[in-house]
Amino acid sequence: MADDDLPGVNAEAPGAKRHAHRPLVLRLALFTLGSFAFGFALVPLYSVLCQVWDTGNRWYGTQTAVASVIERPDPDRLVTVEFIANVPGAGDWEFRPHVTTMAVHPGKLYETTFYARNLTGLAVVAQAVPSIAPASIARYFRKTECFCFRPQPFAIGEGRDMAIRFIIDRDLPADFDRVTLAYSFFDLPQATTAAR
Amino acid sequence: MAHADSLAHDDHHDHKPHGIGRWLFATNHKDIGTMYLVFALAMFLLGGFMAMLIRLELFKPGLQFFDPGFYNSLVTSHALVMIFGGVMPAFVGLANWMVPLQIGAPDMALPRMNNYSFWILPFAFTLLLSSFFTAGGGPAGGWTLYPPLSLQAGTSFPLTIFAIHLMGASSIMGAINVIVTILNMRAPGMTLLRLPLFCWTWLITAYLLIAVMPVLAGAVTMLLTDHYFGTSFFNPAGGGDPVMFQHIFWFFGHPEVYILILPAFGIVSEIIPTFSRKPLFGYDAMVYATASIAFLSFIVWAHHMFTVGMPLAGQMFFMMSTMLIAVPTGVKVFNWTTTMWRGSLSFEPPMLFALAFLFLFSIGGFSGLMLAIAPADYQYQDTYFVVAHFHYVLVPGAVFAIMAGVYYWLPKWTGRMYSMALAKWHFWLSTISVNVLFFPQHFLGLAGMPRRIPDYSVQFTDWNMVSSIGGFAFGVSQLLFVAAIIHGVWYGKPATAKVWDAGVHGLEWTLPSPAPYHSFEEAPEIH
Repeated sequence: MADDDLPGVNAEAPGAKRHAHRPLVLRLALFTLGSFAFGFALVPLYSVLCQVWDTGNRWYGTQTAVASVIERPDPDRLVTVEFIANVPGAGDWEFRPHVTTMAVHPGKLYETTFYARNLTGLAVVAQAVPSIAPASIARYFRKTECFCFRPQPFAIGEGRDMAIRFIIDRDLPADFDRVTLAYSFFDLPQATTAAR
Repeated sequence: MAHADSLAHDDHHDHKPHGIGRWLFATNHKDIGTMYLVFALAMFLLGGFMAMLIRLELFKPGLQFFDPGFYNSLVTSHALVMIFGGVMPAFVGLANWMVPLQIGAPDMALPRMNNYSFWILPFAFTLLLSSFFTAGGGPAGGWTLYPPLSLQAGTSFPLTIFAIHLMGASSIMGAINVIVTILNMRAPGMTLLRLPLFCWTWLITAYLLIAVMPVLAGAVTMLLTDHYFGTSFFNPAGGGDPVMFQHIFWFFGHPEVYILILPAFGIVSEIIPTFSRKPLFGYDAMVYATASIAFLSFIVWAHHMFTVGMPLAGQMFFMMSTMLIAVPTGVKVFNWTTTMWRGSLSFEPPMLFALAFLFLFSIGGFSGLMLAIAPADYQYQDTYFVVAHFHYVLVPGAVFAIMAGVYYWLPKWTGRMYSMALAKWHFWLSTISVNVLFFPQHFLGLAGMPRRIPDYSVQFTDWNMVSSIGGFAFGVSQLLFVAAIIHGVWYGKPATAKVWDAGVHGLEWTLPSPAPYHSFEEAPEIH
């Protein structure tokens, strides 16, 4: 475009016409590229700002076990826990929670299971990735045991129940009465190759 | 092919290239401007036809004509066609015609790129609209393309994404052209603070375009890679976040709404002084107000998403900064009104449309202020109140300003005066019906009717019927616009050079009507 015919820039010297626009066009093109890059820069910026402003991190402690818990159940309060199972992407799995909701007392330890069956026709290693909503209360959802903590090897067609033990902190703010725990089940191609 | 350099030197004849090549290989700013405007009119009628179908379905509760999927495609395509095919190309067309004439330049700075940026558009919209004939139908996730819904579309998904890429490329090229033309090609003596306001608003709009259209391109590219290449920008299962799409989208989307209105401000700022026979009140304030609005547009985006769950401090910030926009906008409305104060007013069609703009755009601005109040927005979010708001600022706002501009400059373009009677009929029918169409939608929204739904509860029936009747009347009225243009282009009486008034201000009125094919080959002196 810089070689475009430039009809009459109103410049004093006629010889200056032809490429007179080139520096400005280049600067504007750079500006445009910068804007495109900025769109992608918003991705890490978004994560940083979410941390700084503590809008909640839905992965907060969800993939590590708490060492010990002291049970101090709050008998007056009930919180509904919802369980959701996702199989994103190309994985061919049967994956579902044993129960879809539980009414729990904060401060009391509970156990439930998810069922997974390998329909891929291959021996596969897979792992579940948890996500808690609302994200701002993820820190009050503690797990002493979870199948998501480690990779899960499955034989062809194998199906099994996998356990999770959790406790909701008594300090859960009073205005929350519902929390959703979602697992997404992924194949781990590298672990699968290693296992063979 | 029409070589632009042949006209820069000795060739002062008013020769035009002939045949289809004149349009395919056009580099003349007037030809390209005409093509943009004709394209925009075609898209306006097509998008309007979609709107008629939407209002037809909503005339009664229950599903009458379309299945919900097709209805959603209509809503989505109506928005994309009107925004990217109607309003934006119309503004670019006006800029192509008027910027060189207003600054005393012989053409746009980059005529070849000008040709590309126009001819990309028919391909973009063929791509977008062809998706209606593919498996799964047209894009149906809303023009905002929120994931995960937009990712669940059928074949329309990649077609829509590529169409948006092309539209973005087209408007970026158009914007660069406008900036280079205005900054490099002004006639001697035309300092920046003597620039006509239409050029000023377009200059600022062009900077907004190159700042945010690439961000939209990035956002839809991320959607594309999430769908086909296994990335997880917006997929929580892979560590992404769908809310982030909304942030990136509205970082584009809010400046975009000013891209759709700032040139309208410029047009109105040209017309009101002409028909008040007074210079514009507070020219400098108008320029600074436009620049302030453009700056503020970058820091208010999250008011489109108050309900996603953000910290109180965030809601406060976005609420306050949004309300701040009312200040420079108020300056503008004040200045337009004051320009008319004790003016010698006359009410030809451009002025009628400009006045309707002033009043009805302000209504849209006020409902915008209501929506800016975060706690109230929890009630209004995704209701017809939002639909009423943005249609008030876009239809009797942006579209009326474009019509005002067309009625204002058409005699200069064609050398013929259109039928005043036809144009006034068009004005009154449009203005009455547009209010019948959109005002009841405020009531529907406040009563809780959700947007983007083909069916509704029976208590919403009456106002929906009123709105639909207004919609059909508005749709039919636009045929008068087409008739007025056709009549004005081919059959109108010859127009004078000054067209409106002996005292009319601006370089474009120093040229004969119609403006010669090659104008200002020697720059005028501005004193």
